[in-house]
Formats: sequence, C-alpha cells, structure tokens
Amino acid sequence: MAVVKMQKLSICANKKHRKEILETLQSMGVMELSYTDIDKDPELQKMDTQMAENKYEKRQASFEQALRLLKTYAPSDGDKTGLFYEKRQVPRSVMNEEIANRHHFNVEVADILSAEKSITECQGVIQKDTNAKISLSPWADLDIPMSTTGTRDTACLIGSIPGQITPEALYAAASADLPEPAAVTADVISTVNESTQVVVICLKNEAEKVEDNLRAAGFSRPSMPVNGIPKDEIARLDAEIASMQKKIGEQKDVIAGYGGERENFRLMSDYYHSRAEKYDLLGKIPQSRNVFFLEGWVPADQADGISKLMTEHFGAAVGMEDNGDPADQPVELHNNKIARTAESVLKSYGLPQHGRVDPTAIMWVFYVVFFGMMLSDAGYGIVMALACAIIVIKKKNMDPGTRDFLKLFFFCGLSTTFWGFMYGGFFGDAIDVIAHTWFGVPSDQAVLKPLWFAPLNNPMRLLMWCLLFGLIHLFTGLGIKGYETLKAHDVVGFISDIVGWYMFLLGLIFLLLPTDLFASISGMTFAFPAWMHTLAKILAIGGALIILLMSGRDRKNWALRIALGAYDLYGVTSWLSDVLSYSRLLALGLATGVIASVINMMGSMFGSGPVKVIIFIVVFILGHTLNIAINALGAYVHTNRLQYVEFFGKFYDAGGREFRPFRHKTKYIQVKEDN
Amino acid sequence: MSMGMVFALMGAALATALPGVGSAWGVGMAGQAAAGVVSEDPDQFAKVLLLQLLPGTQGIYGLLVTFITLSQIGILGGDPVQDTATGMLYLFACLPIAIVGLISAYHQGRTSVASIGLVAKKPDQFGKAMLFPAMVETYAILALLISILAVNGI
Repeated sequence: MAVVKMQKLSICANKKHRKEILETLQSMGVMELSYTDIDKDPELQKMDTQMAENKYEKRQASFEQALRLLKTYAPSDGDKTGLFYEKRQVPRSVMNEEIANRHHFNVEVADILSAEKSITECQGVIQKDTNAKISLSPWADLDIPMSTTGTRDTACLIGSIPGQITPEALYAAASADLPEPAAVTADVISTVNESTQVVVICLKNEAEKVEDNLRAAGFSRPSMPVNGIPKDEIARLDAEIASMQKKIGEQKDVIAGYGGERENFRLMSDYYHSRAEKYDLLGKIPQSRNVFFLEGWVPADQADGISKLMTEHFGAAVGMEDNGDPADQPVELHNNKIARTAESVLKSYGLPQHGRVDPTAIMWVFYVVFFGMMLSDAGYGIVMALACAIIVIKKKNMDPGTRDFLKLFFFCGLSTTFWGFMYGGFFGDAIDVIAHTWFGVPSDQAVLKPLWFAPLNNPMRLLMWCLLFGLIHLFTGLGIKGYETLKAHDVVGFISDIVGWYMFLLGLIFLLLPTDLFASISGMTFAFPAWMHTLAKILAIGGALIILLMSGRDRKNWALRIALGAYDLYGVTSWLSDVLSYSRLLALGLATGVIASVINMMGSMFGSGPVKVIIFIVVFILGHTLNIAINALGAYVHTNRLQYVEFFGKFYDAGGREFRPFRHKTKYIQVKEDN
Repeated sequence: MSMGMVFALMGAALATALPGVGSAWGVGMAGQAAAGVVSEDPDQFAKVLLLQLLPGTQGIYGLLVTFITLSQIGILGGDPVQDTATGMLYLFACLPIAIVGLISAYHQGRTSVASIGLVAKKPDQFGKAMLFPAMVETYAILALLISILAVNGI
C-alpha cells in the first residue's frame, strides 16, 4: 500500500542507437517520457516526423477498415472484442516473421479495400438503374421507341397529362378546333400516381395546333426521355442490375476469402499503431547532429537497472536528475495482489499525490464489507463469486484492469455470501418457501435461520450497527489524516485537528448512549458507571475547547480565531449527516431481501402439481436474475459513494498524475518475449 | 371492510405508484440521453446504461414499502386493519417514500442526463459521473428507511 517512488532520468546517446533505445524502452514499458524544452539550446532540434507518423496511422486505419469489412461480409466468432476480450499472445519470433511479411498483408488489405470500393460503385449503379426503372415503369406498355417524333406525314406526341383522362376525352381535347373528322389518334398507355401517359398521333401540318390543345389540357413531354422501346430499356436495366449484383457478390466473396487473415490483420494494426507512436515520440525528442536526449520518469527501484542497461549496451550517458516538486511526479500505486483489485476504484476518484497515503488496502476492506451488507444474500453472493471466478480463470489474458475488477467482485461476492447467511437470506426466503410449499414443513417453522438476526425483524438494531460501522469507517479516515499530519511533523495540527475531534466525538457518543432518548430510539440500554459519564463529559468539553481555540490558529486576531473555531465546531453536524448516510447499508440490505421474498412468493402462488413447480422455476430464475442485477448495481454505486464522499471526505484529496510509461499500446495482441 | 383498510391500502398503492411514476420519468429522460450518446459512441453503452438505471431504484424502494405494508394489513398476510386511525397511520407511514421517491427520481433522472453528457465527453470520468446521481438518491434512501421503520412500528 504505497505510492511508488519515482526517479527522474536523463539519457543522452548517440543517434545510431536511437532506434534500438526507443524500441527497448517501448517494450520494457517502464519509462514515462517528458519532453525537455529545447528553446534554450540552438544546437538541439526536433525532427519532423509528421509524414512518417501519418503514413503509419493511415496504414493502421486501413487494417482497421479491412477488419470492419471482414466483420460485415464474413462474420465470425473471432470478431468479438467485448469487455472480456483476451489479447492474443504472440511470441516475439512469430511477431518478427509477420512483420517481415507486412508487404504481403498490405497487398491483401489493398485488395479488400478495392473490392469494397467496387461494391460501393456497383451499389451506386444499382441505385441509378432502379430510379430509372421506376420512372420508366408507367411507359412499360408503349411499343414504340420513346424518342419517336413521327413519320413522313405524321407527328407523334408522347407525354403525360396530370390526373385521369379517358381516350375519348383525350381525343376530344386534342382535336378541338380541327376540321371534322380530325386526323388524330389518341391512346392512353397507363394511369399511375395521378398522371396519365398518353400518345397522340396527328398530321404533321396540324401538329402545332394539336400540341397547343394538349398543353391546354396539361400535357408535358417526359423530363428524361430515353431512346428505344421502354420495355427493352427496362429489360436492359434489369440485366445491368443483375450483373452489378453478381459483381457485388463476387467482390463480397473476395473480401470474405480473407476471413482467415483476421488475426494477421489485427497484429498488423497493432504493429502500425506502435510504429506511429514511436514516430510521434521521435518528433518530440531533442536531437543534435550526433546525439539525442531523452528525459523522463522511471520507478526508483528500476532506475539503476535501466541506467546500467543504457550505459553498457548503448554507451549512453545517463543522469539521475533532481526530482523537483513532488506534484510534478507521476504516480503509480503498488499494492499486494488482493488489495490491488481496488486500485481501479481509487483511480476513478483520482490518484494520491506523492508523499500522501495510498488508502487502497484500507478501502478494500470497507469496500468488500459494505458491498456485502448491501447485497446481503448468500445465493446472490455465490452466483456473483462463481461468475467472476469462472471468467477470471477461463480468460487469463483479459485486460488486467477488467480482471482486477472481476477479482474485486469475487471478494464482494464472498462477502455478500457471508452477510447473506448472517441475515438468513438465500435467494430471499427461497429455502423456507420451498420447504413450506413442497415438503410440508409447517409454515411457522423457519428452516434457514439467520446466524445473526433477520433485519426485517429488528431494523432499529441493525440500523445502530450500520451507524457503528459507519463511525468506524469515518474514524479510520480521520486516523489516516492524523497519520499524515504526524508524518509531516505537525504535532500541533495533529492534536488540534485530529485528537480534538476524536475526543469531542467520542465524548458526545458516550454522553448520548446512556440517555433515555437513545434507549427509546434503539431499544438498547447502556448503564455506564458514573466515572464513565464524567470521563465522557471531560472528553467532550476538552475536545470542543481544543477545536474552538485551535482551529483558527493561523489567525492572529483572537476574535476571528474563536469565530473560526466555533464555525469548525459546527462541523459536528456534517459528522452527523455522514454517519446517518450509512443507513443505506440497512436500506439496501432490506431492499434485496424483501424483493427476493416477493419473487419467491409470486412464484409459489399459482397452479398446482408439476405446473406449480415449473411456474416457480421460471419466476425464480427471471425474478432473481433481475433482482441480482438491479441490487448489485445499487450496492456498487452506493459502496463507491460511501468511499468517495464519506470516507475520502475525511482525509483524501486526489490530484496525483497517473504514470503513463512509453509502451506498446496494443489493442489485439500481446507480444511475449522469447527467453 | 373498515375505512381503515381503505386508507392503509391507499398508502400502499401510493408507495408504489408515485415513486414508480418518478422512476419511469427519470429513467425515460436518462434513456433518451443515453441513446444519443450510444449513437455517437457505441462503446459507452455499458456506462451510460448504468447511469440510466440509477433513477430506477425509487420505484423499487416504493415497491418494497408496499409489500411490507401489504404483508401487515391482511392482504398478503397479517391481520386486516380494524379502525380508521390505524389505517391513517399506514397511509402516513407510506408518504415519505411516496413523495420523496417521486420527486427525487425526477431530479435524479435530470442529474443522470447531465452525467451521461459528462461520460460522453470524458469517458474516463465515469466514477465521478456516477456519484452525482447517487447523491440525489440519498434522500430517497432516507425516506425509504423512515417508511420501513414506521410501517414496521405500527
């Protein structure tokens, strides 16, 4: 349980080792690089690596694109990259072979991307043809080319008229004002969507007159006339669509044919990402004509090893720098295997700064206990612990963060089981319900008895216990603050801010316990001897005096100092609300148990004989699954809250910067060094 | 059936109905925000789903009080309420979770919406984002506790 000590290193080496040094550091992943300001020295320059970086980023993007296409056109189980994704373990030798083969993979990816491009093009053509077909479809019955304008003596007018119109009406409209019998034939081809497609043939010398007549009736020529007979044209479009679809199918097959290369593409994607990162770094480090400089943080215990490696292997000059302001140092935590599982909880609040306490291990204990009290059902605890254990065992190469998280919830599951048996909850009252319903146990006889007591029978008693646990939690927080104050050799601060509060609060509690008020609330009576009462009074008054006089000790003005002290004393109300906040341990614990019982009751209410058993099983599985999910969420959220707000509120202020070493940031693979 | 039974059942019904309305409201609002985030960044699904669910607990707390009440007033167990005064007692015992559940679920929903926005912009701040709606829930938990203690004590 500690914040790892850091050491600032500076490395100066010959440029010819630049690649090897960077690669070594990247695969060791122990150094966080910071970039020295080079404006001071005109000799030093930074390299422009933007081009190379962009190139490799683009390569990575093409591999990612290819992977996405494979997922679309050749889906397989290997596509899953969910929460429990395991990175593939690749031995260094295999990795090197694959990298040597990279041109081959680049060609394959180019092939995939060009196939995708022609798929998109074909889809465009299909879309265009489909639109053309739709606009042609009203003309499907026309048996002359749509571009016909007439013969030697006749004119042919092809077009549409809005609304419906019969051939007779059309004839009448077209031949208006023409000498009888008018030399006009009027045909209606089709009526679709409030428009009528018509063909009118007349004598050429009368064409103008007829067209004017038709225009008066709303006639217009087609906006996109096509050559040829519409039917033939539609057939041509159909053939084109079919051939495009065939081509799309072929191209899809081309892409799907690379389905087996998925793993290689992932490896290449990671490889190019690593390379892009390296070039990104290269662009930031100061270099002169012959040497380059690196500066950064390493864990202090590894500083010597790295420095030795650099000097002996690469002939570099390594200097241990002055660490400077602790606030600038990156923070890494070191905890034992069990406590480490709670680091992610701490991280999501914020890391401690250097010189401060890492509360992970202490928090772990409270986290697991409180989670268990809130979920508090042995059945649920067993399910949770088993589920986490199975995933952790089966998926060994999972993301370490997720793995630690699951391990934490394995312990929370164990704690839940413990508290479940303490409260007598196993899937609610499932055992009792089953025994009463099917095994003829008299309904007033409990089967699974709580080891401690059932919360619903005596909620006040449990409430008192919850508040007590809360008080212990808060006092631990105050204690950590005290430890930090002492470590900073601030004895006055320790006495006035820590001891004063302990005295004041303990005194108040011991004054409160024997009163009638407390007895009537909790149903517990405490009989203290008289000296305890006096001691409590002394503690309370003494503590109050210390706080009153010492809280504002950095003020010279005594009136102001006392006023500040009085204000601080008023902070006892925040202690009250903090302690009461732990009543959620009771409330959420009751919630799980009561809802679980309700599920069991509903399950055993209906039917008879085997049907009843089946109904019970179905309701049991559905109901309890839902209840686990919703209550585990509640327990998780509120356990976090108790840590973040109540516990951390007493001593912890984050503000540490996470240690981010220069390493291979891979998404799919993990390279194993051959030994 | 006495008048007391009417009041007691009214309390039990309100304890589920009002917080249920509040939770539906809150979860609904948060769900819309969550769907918006997922449309941009599907990886955030699990996180925003958790945040969406937070205002849903009030409905469950209400259900809890209803069941404890029903199991005492002769509907799911216990003895029927005989006099009006006892019925009123049940009604008032149910009111804290009914009222606070409704209002806190609504406000928790609004806070969840804001937190979902936070996660959309800074996914690594999930721990803090989760805390803001959880603060609102405190008051629902306190109300739940008082309702349980009161119903249990009648």
